[in-house]
Amino acid sequence: MIKEKPTITWETFTEGLWRENPVFVMLLGMCPVLAVTNSAINALAMGLATTFVLLASGTLISLLRHNIPKQVRIATYIVIIATFVTIVDYTIQAISLDLYNALGAFIQLIVVNCMILGRAEAYASRNRPLKAVVNGLGMGIGFTFALLCLGVVREILGAGTLFGLDLFGPRFEPWVVMLLPPGGFLVLGAWLLLFEWIRQRKERAELETAAETR
Amino acid sequence: MGSETLSFIFLNAVLANNFVLALFLGLCPFLGVSGKLNTALPMGLATMFVMLVSSVCAYLINLVLVTFEIEFLRLIAYIAVIASAVQLVEMTLKKFTPGLFRSLGIFLPLITTNCAILGLALFQTFKEYDFLQSLVYALGAGTGFMLAILLMAGLREKLELSTMPTITQGAAVSLILGGLLSLSFMGFAGLGG
Repeated sequence: MIKEKPTITWETFTEGLWRENPVFVMLLGMCPVLAVTNSAINALAMGLATTFVLLASGTLISLLRHNIPKQVRIATYIVIIATFVTIVDYTIQAISLDLYNALGAFIQLIVVNCMILGRAEAYASRNRPLKAVVNGLGMGIGFTFALLCLGVVREILGAGTLFGLDLFGPRFEPWVVMLLPPGGFLVLGAWLLLFEWIRQRKERAELETAAETR
Repeated sequence: MGSETLSFIFLNAVLANNFVLALFLGLCPFLGVSGKLNTALPMGLATMFVMLVSSVCAYLINLVLVTFEIEFLRLIAYIAVIASAVQLVEMTLKKFTPGLFRSLGIFLPLITTNCAILGLALFQTFKEYDFLQSLVYALGAGTGFMLAILLMAGLREKLELSTMPTITQGAAVSLILGGLLSLSFMGFAGLGG
């Protein structure tokens, strides 16, 4: 057994938010990211559903980590995740049928979101439940944040609204393609370009200050 | 929806509702394995094959589930069946065609978490396709996936020869390319329903 680091640091929580953001940095779980972000409210709902599954499955897997045989661990994880996804699926159907229809099959497809399985394999199965929960919460919030980034931009450009509120008045000509599949690819591409640009600027600035101090 | 002709189902799945470019399924391999044509082709073939196998399995499983009225177990049953189908394909290939098995390598087990496979199984259940329709739908979805990943790989190979600004070197440019491809596939929208 790998020796467990007992400390829970602020880092445990924040690494999912930015440095290892599942969408923008690790490019995991891309399918729901692009498919359901045509409005901010869908993006938020999807983010929360995924966060719930991530937390619940992380806790259970972490509690069972000494009992799951190594050979069948992936199958076990998938069955655990599928159970929680079924719960979420039926809950959303009970709360709001509109939302259920808007998200479609993508709620059930949370099962194959590689981010959740990746976390289960790389983190929950090796750490204490509390630590796994804190990390999962960070990852979930990071995922929701990324979904919102896309959802907000696509809804504003494609429909002129935000969370259903009209922003520009009746004379706004909506850029409908942003709500359609190509918009998802293009907006995520644009966000990645922006982050890469910021990163390179920061790197260059650091190099320059290092050169000046020398 | 049970009365669609087979050719309509096929064309719909390949072009108008292409799994990758219109429904956003199976993006991980689409972005991850599309760097070179000679890895994209085996990936496309393997996915297509697993799609056919799991489509048949999902159809039979659904019959059983409906008979016993335990549809809430559908998701768990499907994912378990897909995982074992992939395992089966892996073992069969290893035994009979070791060459092909080696060239596929790590891609094969990763097909389990390809959402296009589970998506296909779920969609054919929602649309209430009969056995033959499901089979044609799976064939169409597989062909569509192959078409998308091959186009993408070809474009990215061309892109390697051109000079680009430094910030676009990475995933961003693949996504923009995907957006352009998806834009052009929207032209087929009138064909489907």
